[in-house]
Amino acid sequence: MPQMPRAGILKLSGSLSNFMAVWKPITELAADVRSGSASARELVQRALDAIEKKQEYQAIITTTKQRALERAEHIDAMAAAGKDPGQLAGVPFIAKDNFLVFGAEMTAASNMLRGFVPPYQSTAIEKLEAAGAICVAKANLDAFAHGSSTENSDFFTTLNPYDKTRVPGGSSGGSATAVALEMAPFALGTDTGSSVRLPAAFCGVVGLKPTYGLVSRSGVVAMASSLDVIGPLAKTVDDAAIVLEVMAGRDDLDGTTIERDKLPYTDLSASVKGCKIGILKEYMDEHLDAGVRGQIDKAIASLRQEGAEIVEVSVPTLTLSLAVYYILCPAEVSSNLSRYDGQRYPFSDGSATDLDTSYTRSRSNGFGDEAKRRIMIGTHVLSSGYYDAYYEKAQLVRTKIINEFNKAFERVDFLIGAVSPTPPFKIGEKSQDPLEMYLADLFMTGSNLAGNASISVPVGMSEGLPVGMQILAPQGKDRDLLGISKAVEGLVAS
Amino acid sequence: MAKLSKDDVLKLARLSKLELTDLQLEKFTKELEAIVGYVEQLQEVDVTGLEPTSQVNGLTNVMRPDEVRQYQTPEELLKNAPDAESGHIKTKRIIV
Repeated sequence: MPQMPRAGILKLSGSLSNFMAVWKPITELAADVRSGSASARELVQRALDAIEKKQEYQAIITTTKQRALERAEHIDAMAAAGKDPGQLAGVPFIAKDNFLVFGAEMTAASNMLRGFVPPYQSTAIEKLEAAGAICVAKANLDAFAHGSSTENSDFFTTLNPYDKTRVPGGSSGGSATAVALEMAPFALGTDTGSSVRLPAAFCGVVGLKPTYGLVSRSGVVAMASSLDVIGPLAKTVDDAAIVLEVMAGRDDLDGTTIERDKLPYTDLSASVKGCKIGILKEYMDEHLDAGVRGQIDKAIASLRQEGAEIVEVSVPTLTLSLAVYYILCPAEVSSNLSRYDGQRYPFSDGSATDLDTSYTRSRSNGFGDEAKRRIMIGTHVLSSGYYDAYYEKAQLVRTKIINEFNKAFERVDFLIGAVSPTPPFKIGEKSQDPLEMYLADLFMTGSNLAGNASISVPVGMSEGLPVGMQILAPQGKDRDLLGISKAVEGLVAS
Repeated sequence: MAKLSKDDVLKLARLSKLELTDLQLEKFTKELEAIVGYVEQLQEVDVTGLEPTSQVNGLTNVMRPDEVRQYQTPEELLKNAPDAESGHIKTKRIIV
């Protein structure tokens, strides 16, 4: 297994390929297991070994070792008996610890849910298992997915795979670090305002936020239900695509789910000839770090050279998307977190003798600061005197953003911009100032507000740290988005 | 728009079933004020003629057959509750 290259070497080589060696492409891994030339057991063991070896990065909350090995045995037996274990036969993966998965507690990295034993599994997990994939571990996150760095985890902070003094991004930071360090070929994350794309950018991996409703959220801890989506993190676009292929589609257990594309999300056309791409002015603004801008500009230049038509596009109200988000998201959070009352979930303050005190003490001692902040802001913007001024106003500006996105997508097929205005920041740099932390999501919440599809694709390195480029596509155009992402990936590598 | 006072934050905490220490009250008041100050910029936006959005992919009234599905047994489901008795979640006393 290759050692972590030092940042200096990476900087010199300017390549992401140093991190690509342990896992073959997912389709090949599965083909090997189906044909018997590799066993699910050895793949699972390899993942568990990698997790153990890279413990110092604190990406993982818990492994699902026993169940993973049992499932591997089952899949190997199927293959040996000539039965098809599925498209993802024996492929190990890591789930963010806000997915219900059998074989381990689900904590959402919160003290509130420590000890929670999943009574059923997420639809996404069920679908992946039906295709033969094997969950080997649960990854760290900001508690309840509230954050952009994993520093809000009630347990520990995950370290950036390229620089241990920096954050991996959040909230799916454990998933991104795990994939970057090749603990598994792919991981699952959730994205409410940045949480798949930001860590993907900070850790130099692909992170997809599909169209709102394309992947069922049944069995995933709800954060802000009008914004939450599930997405894969992987080393390559093809790997992310096959995971989406398995997870996508309607689910009776999530009433917001939509029909999947009739064509497979795999088998992507990577041609950009004739493609119309808009450089999103608001996501390339003057605050953008020069190193980040340089790498994105280079990728854009290659796209132009390949025959894409590049124009500048403005979605002016996007500059307000973070303000909209920090009304709507806490409002929904305050509602979704009301269920944690000390009566139904494991954490309960034992000192109370009456119900009301039990609610208050359990919530006060069980929630971390960020959850409390969001609950109180949400309660504020929903309270009768302020509802119109805040909540309804935000819903109206959301409409304005959606209309402007629609107009932009009449002109172009895709929008391109930065994921994060800066490279990965230092651990502790923003954790004392919640508003500063929120601003890390400046370029990402717009896609959640509009429900469109977006992705972070690695486009290079700046001063030893990965840079991600964001590409956005209209709702339902996930397949096209993956196609152009694959093209970008090829151009960056060449 | 009015600034957030400590009394406002105490009231929000009470409505949210949260108890704050003096130190927390101090800290949260400052932080919440900064956040509310930031979102204030929406007040100037012209939204004439627009309808509020709460659902983005256009689905309405999604129905499914009202059929019983078997998941875990009630006993298994109760395992996550801090206290249970005779097949029910047991809470602290309600009337004091």
